[in-house]
Amino acid sequence: MPAALPDLPPGPLRSSPGEDLQAKIHLMQGRRTREHSFPVLPVLKGVLPGGLRPGAVYSLQGSMSLAMALLAGPSQQGAWCGVVGLPDFGIEAAAGFGIALERLVLVPDPGERWMQALAALADVLPVVLSRAPARTAPAEAARLGARLRERGSVLLVAGHWPQSEAILRVSSHEWEGLGKGHGHLARQELLLEVALRGASRSAVVDLSGTIPEDASAYRIGA
Amino acid sequence: MVAWFPDWPLVAARLADELPAGVPAAVISQGRVAACSAEARAEGVVRGLRLREAQTRCTSLAVCPADPLRDAREFEPVLASLEERSPGVEVLRPGLCATRVRGAARYYGSEESAAGAVLDAADSLGIEARVGIADSVFAAVQAARSTTESVALLVLPPSTSRDFLAPFPVEALEQPKLASLLKRLGIHTLGDFTRLPLSDVRARFGDAGALAHAMAGGEDPKTVVPRVPPRKLDRQVDFEPGLDRIDQIAFQLRAPAGEFIAALQDAGLVCTELKVALLDDSGARSERLWGHPRHFTANDVVDRVRWQLQPRSADPSGGFGAGGITSAIIRVELIPGRVESITGHGQALFGEGAEEKIHHGLSRLQSMLGQEAVLVPAVSGGRVLNERRLLTPWGDPVPREAAVQAARPWPGSIPDPQPATVFASPVPVLLLDADGETVRTDQRGTLVAPPAWFCPDAGNESNAPRRPVAEWTGPWPLRQRWWDEGRRRHAERFQIVDGDGDAWLLLLTGDRWWAEARYD
Repeated sequence: MPAALPDLPPGPLRSSPGEDLQAKIHLMQGRRTREHSFPVLPVLKGVLPGGLRPGAVYSLQGSMSLAMALLAGPSQQGAWCGVVGLPDFGIEAAAGFGIALERLVLVPDPGERWMQALAALADVLPVVLSRAPARTAPAEAARLGARLRERGSVLLVAGHWPQSEAILRVSSHEWEGLGKGHGHLARQELLLEVALRGASRSAVVDLSGTIPEDASAYRIGA
Repeated sequence: MVAWFPDWPLVAARLADELPAGVPAAVISQGRVAACSAEARAEGVVRGLRLREAQTRCTSLAVCPADPLRDAREFEPVLASLEERSPGVEVLRPGLCATRVRGAARYYGSEESAAGAVLDAADSLGIEARVGIADSVFAAVQAARSTTESVALLVLPPSTSRDFLAPFPVEALEQPKLASLLKRLGIHTLGDFTRLPLSDVRARFGDAGALAHAMAGGEDPKTVVPRVPPRKLDRQVDFEPGLDRIDQIAFQLRAPAGEFIAALQDAGLVCTELKVALLDDSGARSERLWGHPRHFTANDVVDRVRWQLQPRSADPSGGFGAGGITSAIIRVELIPGRVESITGHGQALFGEGAEEKIHHGLSRLQSMLGQEAVLVPAVSGGRVLNERRLLTPWGDPVPREAAVQAARPWPGSIPDPQPATVFASPVPVLLLDADGETVRTDQRGTLVAPPAWFCPDAGNESNAPRRPVAEWTGPWPLRQRWWDEGRRRHAERFQIVDGDGDAWLLLLTGDRWWAEARYD
């Protein structure tokens, strides 16, 4: 666990005029205006500058560590997190990313009632991570999306999701610390392809190991 | 009137099925015999003997540790039975209780028949009892203790207690310090002690001494303070004929569960721990203790019964956990395991905010998917990664030893960072050397040939897609508990990065390879 966390700025992180306009539209439609974004860890600021938008679905492809790093931001701010359908979720790694285990709820095997479980959990928990079901009907996804927007919860899906706010795909990851017969895995670097509302770009995220000089006490993935 | 149940710790252990009946048996407290059966006594076992000595004298001695809670718990039905015959019982300690004889004697006609009623009560429960009646509680205890198996009753006529107590040794006062001092002063019996003037005794031994003096003289100032019989809070629901469908049982339980909770509330209590006992018509009994993060409501009670009836995958205790209901349920007992004052659990005027909402939502999910579907994680101790992940159902308390275990050093654990995917059950894989042979270690645990190829899917060996091993490290030996059949482990650990850039934690047991975790 990080010893001391730098205070993340609370409240909305949005700045672009488009989003302001959207907020105004929401206000005029009578929707609640409590749409504060959930913060993300500083290493992911470059990837998701606006944080995690309430009511949105983020599709994460290819990395559980990335999912954990995304959960860690809200969890450190006191949000409860849920994990659905991932029996292999490594809780020690989660704790290493800074996820508060006492505010984490796991539903490893929802069985047939995947959607109901997901919806019930998203009703009460602000951030939910789930594996993508084998088959998602677009109508079902739309219904869940509406429910998420209503509740202001964030859904992170490990896998493909039909209507997602952003797709974070790991195109390659690189490990450091291991040699031919010596050393141990120490540091992970992800090359991400980010598709955020149509615009696509790539980013490099260092998820573990060495402590960056400037962000003094930050240590992720340990 | 004092009723004494000889060797109560032993009788209680037998009632609780912790000791077999009819064989030499003893209850051990702090390495010494605290109580022993008649069979053991015949073999020469006596109270206060060291366990080792007792086992030398009687090799077939069955023993169990002393448990004051068990003694008290098993005494409860005996007390209830005694209270039916003569109310106003005071428990001096489990196995010894006192009653004022006056009322009972008037009701039954004489003191002897009152004592007879008590002996009858014990007899109906199959327990040996002795009764002593005297002027004071202390004298009555001594009278009950000096009865024999054949004559289980001793009645001391009024104002003869002093003479009766006179020959008893001073140890009978159960004040070891005072007794030892008195003996050094040359006072060996209670008679000698009572002959000392009261003022001198008070001057030399203080109030405690004066009290002992009064007790020795049969003028015990202590009166019988009858206990208030505890209110009956548990609830029993019988089904006639038995029901074998969960929804039927749940429906039938709805009203009784509400009454159960209402009765608790009337008593100003809430239940935070509930014991549910189910009895089916084949005589099998399943008991389980359920915790609750707040306190039980009627719906929660019905849920717990339902969960207990539902088939569960991993049920260590057997019962009818494994296959759901096998025969019709004829009785459900709801027993409050722990109750707390309602004042500590009041609901705030404006609700309790977010946490309560979460609790409601998760409880609803639990009643939908089953209790063990919604889990709370905690880090526990262990060398194997999956053992370190402790999952507790929502609402159950996290076992306290988890934190203790996690804090231990666990040499041989994996250096940080920890893998993000820890397989709940290890996945079979293949690790091959340059010649296509499975990588092995020799007897000393050193590698025979370095790994070159890795198959993450070992299901079909012949044409499984191979990936080259880019980087690797190992073997890291994992040896634990060679003496423990269940948790013994003899394995080698490897970290590899394959050609696709995936990093794995592999485990070699014997000549088989498993993926324990993936770094992704």
